[in-house]
Amino acid sequence: MSKYKVVHYINQFYAGIGGEEFADHKPELRNGAVGPGAAFNAAFSDKAEIVKTIVCGDSYFNENLSDAKKALIEMVKGAGADIFIAGPAFNAGRYGVACGTICEEVSRELGIPVLTGMFEENPGAEMFKDKLHIVATSNSAASMRTAVPKMAALALKLATGEQIGASVEEGYLPGRARVNFFEKERGSKRAVDMLLKKMAGEPFTTEYPMPDFDRVPPNPAVADITKATVALVTSGGIVPKGNPDRIESSSASKYGEYDITGVDDLTFETYETAHGGYDPVYANQDADRVLPVDVLREFEKEGKIGKLHNKFYTTTGNGTSTKSSKQYAQEFSQKLKDDNVQVVILTST
Amino acid sequence: MKLEVGYIRICDISFAEATEVKEGTLYVNAKELESMVLEDERIAAVCFDIARPGESVRITPVKDVIEPRAKVEGPGDIFPGVITKMSTVGMGKTHVLRGAAVVTVGKIVGFQEGIIDMSGLGAEYTPFSKTNNLVVNFTPKEGLSPHEYEAAARHAGLTIAYTLGKLSAALTPDETKVYEFPSMVEGIKKYPDLPRVGYVQMLQSQGLLHDTYVYGVDMKKSITTMLCPTETMDGAIISGNCVSACDKNTTYHHQNNPVIEDLFAEHGKTLNFAAMVITNENVYLADKERSSDWTAKLVDYLDLDGVIISQEGFGNPDTDLIMNCKKIEATGTRTVIITNEYAGRDGTSQSLADADPSADALVTAGNSNQVVTLPKLDRVIGTLEYTEKIAGGFAGNIVADGSITVELQAITGATNELGFNLMSAR
Repeated sequence: MSKYKVVHYINQFYAGIGGEEFADHKPELRNGAVGPGAAFNAAFSDKAEIVKTIVCGDSYFNENLSDAKKALIEMVKGAGADIFIAGPAFNAGRYGVACGTICEEVSRELGIPVLTGMFEENPGAEMFKDKLHIVATSNSAASMRTAVPKMAALALKLATGEQIGASVEEGYLPGRARVNFFEKERGSKRAVDMLLKKMAGEPFTTEYPMPDFDRVPPNPAVADITKATVALVTSGGIVPKGNPDRIESSSASKYGEYDITGVDDLTFETYETAHGGYDPVYANQDADRVLPVDVLREFEKEGKIGKLHNKFYTTTGNGTSTKSSKQYAQEFSQKLKDDNVQVVILTST
Repeated sequence: MKLEVGYIRICDISFAEATEVKEGTLYVNAKELESMVLEDERIAAVCFDIARPGESVRITPVKDVIEPRAKVEGPGDIFPGVITKMSTVGMGKTHVLRGAAVVTVGKIVGFQEGIIDMSGLGAEYTPFSKTNNLVVNFTPKEGLSPHEYEAAARHAGLTIAYTLGKLSAALTPDETKVYEFPSMVEGIKKYPDLPRVGYVQMLQSQGLLHDTYVYGVDMKKSITTMLCPTETMDGAIISGNCVSACDKNTTYHHQNNPVIEDLFAEHGKTLNFAAMVITNENVYLADKERSSDWTAKLVDYLDLDGVIISQEGFGNPDTDLIMNCKKIEATGTRTVIITNEYAGRDGTSQSLADADPSADALVTAGNSNQVVTLPKLDRVIGTLEYTEKIAGGFAGNIVADGSITVELQAITGATNELGFNLMSAR
């Protein structure tokens, strides 16, 4: 099998050009490995090889972002790279940001696997760890010897398309995607050990750092609801009987849009719930309990609301990731806006 | 309180003329058990099957898994207040047929029951691929309401497990463990320098196939209360739920709660296991506020240094979990929470439906949205009729070659939040 072709990105310092005073160095393409590249080649053994090295000054890259990106993409493309590696940048801030930026660009433009390495507190880590595989390194270049083999091993896995394990197994910074793996101790034992450390004031590592929670402030009250078009949206899984679009009982891969023109009441014969996360008996008996079409029709007749929108949107909230929920809502919110709906009643279960 | 648990190793299971245990094999006379089950007029028919570790067998839709146990000495009996007379349990001596389990299956009640594969990839994710299973397959009477059907199936499973468990009473255990739980004052005197640690167990209580019973009490109708941890080993807590089967506690999990076992393992060494609090996960906000207020109040009153909080389920109960954690942390007691994740199939979504900075010590049982393809197995016990519809399935997930693709949430016990398994995520 032929070797994977690697293009390696490093800054002026690691290319041996010089320090800060040479940070304006323009992108330069060299043949073969330069600086830390030799260690990479050694770690790849015969499976991959650095064919070209791109050297670029940290200041130049960050101050001429658009030109630098364009030039670098051409260089990587021209070299016919199978994989792109940048750094490692350790705790060098501008270098780290450059490594992350160019990796993201190469991934997007050329679709080849990319990899970088840096210290967890490098500003580039915070910016890119949710998008890229960034191998965790210490904060100093003195640890090059331990950083390179970890990066080389992960690079080879990415190149072969092998399944990438969890961050703790592969040594990249957590944040990109949650990956399952088998621990050495069962969860209850890990909880006891973690609690003992926490109570003693010793350092411990949570297995899932709390996310920044997305809280939505409510909109101002509707000025005159008697003139408004009101739509119903639910995560309670109400669907026409038989679930025509086969919305999943959990972890919905879609939402449904259903016409209720002329429907005054949801009955046992006509509607049901697809939701698997709550007792479905009462919703199946009378789906108005979750999606109150009957009451809103009465309100419509009595003039308490302008009118009930002729379509409702529905999905199963059960086990559906927040990311999917957000995507569905973005899509049908636009449809509701296009249909001049002023009020949405969102029912959950 | 002191409970001695004797484990009798079961390595095989087989049908036979006489129901008995001989040289590590559990022999079952299915006819006898059948007539026992059919005494309940809600059940039209029942059939029995056997599934051993490593066999090419898929069991679905699974409702509950129960371990056969017997009370040998001490007050009360197994499954008190449900199968046997009400009496406080958790003292004396209990025997266990370790390695055997009763698995209940049958037409689904909702969308919800799970899958147990005895071999192949699926077997790696469920603990019940390692037990010798007597599978009880029910057919409910025509027109029986879902609630009635669920109750009948639950009761029959417990009855069978109780009957088989009785066999262990006269046997000599292969291994014995002693669990000693001191009174509060005794504990403080005995271990004055050890941190006092509690366990807060959250019990699913949202309705049909989402219920848990404690001494026969429907937990959604109970206020937060306390239990002696050894009571769980005698079946004080039983499962009435398996919705999204990956993270629901079967009765087997309650009988073998790993948090309790691991706290006992450190008891008197690095910590003083001082209390167990049980609380519910109801659907109404007022209930959530009340239950979490009470949880924090009890933990504070007991003056605990730290607690482990285990969740059951996901989504809506994430709110209960975070309320419990936040309110307990606010009393000055340190917490570790055990939960699982719904991070989407690609793992890039936020994992929980609620969050708070005070939940800074979390143990995860893995991402339940992970997709797995389970190979075709030779035999199906139950039916594949619902495999598209159960939580974790989707339209078209049964491939022509007989393999099925599901999210882990369809596999019984895969991401159990008592920390029963090795699986985790980062």
